[in-house]
Amino acid sequence: MFKQLAAVTAMNLQTLPQRFGASSVIVIGIAGVVAVLVSVLAMGVGFQHTLADGGRADRVIILRGGSDVELNSNLTHEDIDVIGSAPGLAKDALGKPSLSNELVTVANVPKIDTGTDANVTLRGVGAKLLAVRPEIQIVSGRMFQPGVRELIAGTGAAKQFRGLTAGSILRLRNVDWTVTGVFTSNGDVHESELLADVDTVASAIERSGYSSAIGMLTSPDSFDAFKDALTTDPRLKVDVQREPQYYASQSKDLSKTIKVVGTTVAVIMAIGAMFGALNSMYSAVATRSLEIATLRAIGFGGVPIVISVLIEALLLSLLGGLLGAALAWVFFNGHSVSTLGGAFAQVVFKLTVTRSLIVTGIVWACIIGLLGGFFPALRAARIPVAEALRAA
Amino acid sequence: MKYLPLVWATLWRKKTRTVFTLLSIVVAFLLFGLLETVDYAFSHPSGGNSGADRLITINKYSITLSLPFSDAQQIKNTKGVAAVTWLSWFGAYYQDPKNFVFALPIDSDSYFDVYNDDFVIAGDQMQAFRNTRTGVLASSALLKQFGWNVGDKVPLHSAIWTQKDGSLDWTFDIVGAFDPKDPAQASQQAQLFLFHYEMFDEGRNFGKGTVGWFEERVADPGESAALSNKIDALFANSPNETKTQPAKDFALAFIKQLGDIGFILHAILGAVFFTLLFLTGNTMMQSVRERIPELAVLKTLGFGNPTILGLVIGESLLLCGMGAVLGLGLSYAALPGIKKALQGVDLSPDGIAPGFAIAVLFALIVSVLPAVRAVRLNIIDALAAQH
Repeated sequence: MFKQLAAVTAMNLQTLPQRFGASSVIVIGIAGVVAVLVSVLAMGVGFQHTLADGGRADRVIILRGGSDVELNSNLTHEDIDVIGSAPGLAKDALGKPSLSNELVTVANVPKIDTGTDANVTLRGVGAKLLAVRPEIQIVSGRMFQPGVRELIAGTGAAKQFRGLTAGSILRLRNVDWTVTGVFTSNGDVHESELLADVDTVASAIERSGYSSAIGMLTSPDSFDAFKDALTTDPRLKVDVQREPQYYASQSKDLSKTIKVVGTTVAVIMAIGAMFGALNSMYSAVATRSLEIATLRAIGFGGVPIVISVLIEALLLSLLGGLLGAALAWVFFNGHSVSTLGGAFAQVVFKLTVTRSLIVTGIVWACIIGLLGGFFPALRAARIPVAEALRAA
Repeated sequence: MKYLPLVWATLWRKKTRTVFTLLSIVVAFLLFGLLETVDYAFSHPSGGNSGADRLITINKYSITLSLPFSDAQQIKNTKGVAAVTWLSWFGAYYQDPKNFVFALPIDSDSYFDVYNDDFVIAGDQMQAFRNTRTGVLASSALLKQFGWNVGDKVPLHSAIWTQKDGSLDWTFDIVGAFDPKDPAQASQQAQLFLFHYEMFDEGRNFGKGTVGWFEERVADPGESAALSNKIDALFANSPNETKTQPAKDFALAFIKQLGDIGFILHAILGAVFFTLLFLTGNTMMQSVRERIPELAVLKTLGFGNPTILGLVIGESLLLCGMGAVLGLGLSYAALPGIKKALQGVDLSPDGIAPGFAIAVLFALIVSVLPAVRAVRLNIIDALAAQH
C-alpha cells in the first residue's frame, strides 16, 4: 500500500506545475490568512514583551495602597524615609539603600507620524536611579544633571515623538527643558519615557511628594520580608509588588484584546481561504479523474488516493503558511508602534514575530489545508471507474 | 436585462464551485463590514445631537495636571461662551477594579447649564440632588448594572483621591436616576455617576481649589474655533496655559492615542481583498476557459462582442453582488454583538455602505481578464477545440 501511495503522490506532485493557477489559489489564500494572523498576534507579543518581560523579580515597586498605577499614587517624603529603612533593600558602600523615589506625570508631546498630541510619561527619578535600574544606558548625548531642567529620552520615545533627540529643547509648562541624551533600557517600558531629576520635576509641576518608590532587593528571596515590614508598619499604607507582577497586570487587558480580535479576524478569513482550497482541490481532482479511474482500474486502492490528495493539499498549504509567516516577518518584525498603555500614557513597542508565532501560523495553515482537501479527497476515491473511463 | 436568465444559468454551471466562491466572497465582505464599522466608530466619536457646541479646556502640558478654579470666571466672561462648568477625574470603581464607574464631580448649577439638553431627570429627583450634599444622580443603566436603587447608600473606591482621614473610599446617596435624551448617547452615558463638586473639594485632602478641566457651551457653534483661541489667549504665559478644543476633536485625539487603528484595520482588509481577488479571479478564468466552446457557439449565432463582454462581466457582477449583500447583511446582523464587546462606542451602519461600491469595483477587476479572453476568441479554433 505504501508503494501505491508513493506512486500516486509522486504522480500528483509531478503534475502540479500544470495546475499552477489553481494550486496558487491555495498557497496565496493561506498565505493571506497566516500573514494577518501572525502580524496581529505579533502586536500582542511585542506589547507583552515590552511591559511584562522587562521586569526583574528582585525589583519592587511601592505605591500608595489602593492606587493601581503610579499616576494615581502619592507618597510623602516621610513615607520614602520609612520605606528606605526597611530590611531587604540592597545598599551601596556608604550604606544608602537602593531606592529611587519617583514622580510620574504625563506631558503632551506630538507624535511624529500624525502630529497630534500624545501623553508621554515624564518620570522624575531619584539619585539612586542607576543602582535601581542598572540596565539604563546612554546611547547618545549624556545623562541629565540634577537641579537643572534637563531630561533624557528613551529610544522608543525618541522614535515616535517629535523633538526628543539629544540637544533639542522641549517646552513643558512654560519652561524649556534640554534633552541631553537618549537611553536604552533593555527594551522595557521605560524606553517610552522621559527621565529627569525628581525634585526638578516636582517643582516644575508644583507638586510635593512622589508617585512611587522603586527598590532593588538584595535578592528575589528577600521580597516577603521586605513586603511584610512595609505592610505591617503603622506609619504606612502602601501596596508592595514585584516589578513583573505590576507590569503584567497592566498589560493583561490589551494583550487579551489583541489576541481575541486577531484570532477572530483570522478564523473568519480562514473560512474564506478554506472555500478557496476546496475549490482548487475539487478542480484538481476533476481534471485528474481519468488518471484516477485508470489507477483504480489497474488495482490501486481508495486509501492511497485519498491520502495522496490530502498530501498535496497539505504541501500546498504548508507552502502558503511559510510564505505568510515570511511576509509577516519581513514587513512587520521590529516595526515600532505606540499605544495608550494601562497607565494613561503612551507605550512604544515593537511588533515581534517569534518562533512560536510562526509555528502557530503553520499549524493553522495545515488545518485549513486538511479541511480543504478532505472532501475533494473523498470524491477522488469515489469516482465511478467505468463512467470516468467512458467519459474520456 | 433579458439576458439575466442566461447569466444566471451560466453562473450555476458548476454548482459546487460557484457556492464555494460565493461563500469566500461572503466571508470577505463580512470582514469588510465588521472592520469598517469598528473603524467608523473610532473615527467618528459621537457627541450626540448637541455635541457641536461644546468645548473642552485642559491643561496644555498634560491632561493630568489641574487648572486653577479661578479660571472659570474669566472663561465665563468671554463673549460667546454661553455656559462654563468644571469637572475632575475621580477614577472610581465599585468593589472591584473591573467595575468601572464614570463618577464625575459636578457643579450642580453650571453643569446643567452646559448640558442643558442631554438628560431626562424627574423634577423632584433633581431637587433632591440639589438638597443633598452627598447626593448622586446616576444613569438608569448603571443602577441596573449593579442592582442599585434610588435611596441606596453606595461606596465607591477612588484610585486617586484620599479623604482627610486618608481613606480612598467615598460614600454617596443615590437620590435620582436619569436617562439619555438622545438615544445615540446611551452608551456614552451608561457608566455616568454625577455627584457634587463641593463635597468632592471639601472631602479631598490635596488639590483643593483646582479642577481637572473645564467644559463650555458656546452660543454659536460656528465660532468654536475662534472662541477656543480666545480662551487659550486668556491664560497664555501663565503657569497653567490651557488648550481648548471642540469636544469632538478632543475625543478624536484621545482615540488617536490608542494607535493607528485605521491603518491596522485597512492593512488587514487589504490582505483579505487581495487574497480574495486572486481566488475569485482564478475561478472566473477557469469558468470562462471551460465555456470556450459555448461562447463560440453564441458568437456563431450572432452575439456581438459587446454582448459577450456584458455576459461575462454581468456574471461576475451578479456573483460579487450576491456575496456583498450576504456578507454585509451578516455583518449588519452582528452589530449588536460588537456593540457589546466595545463598550462606550456608538456604532453606526454608515461604515458598511461603501462595501457595495467596493463590490462593483471588485467584480470589474475580477472579470477583466476572462472577458477579454472571451471577446478575443476565434470561433473556428474554439469550435475545433471541442474535440
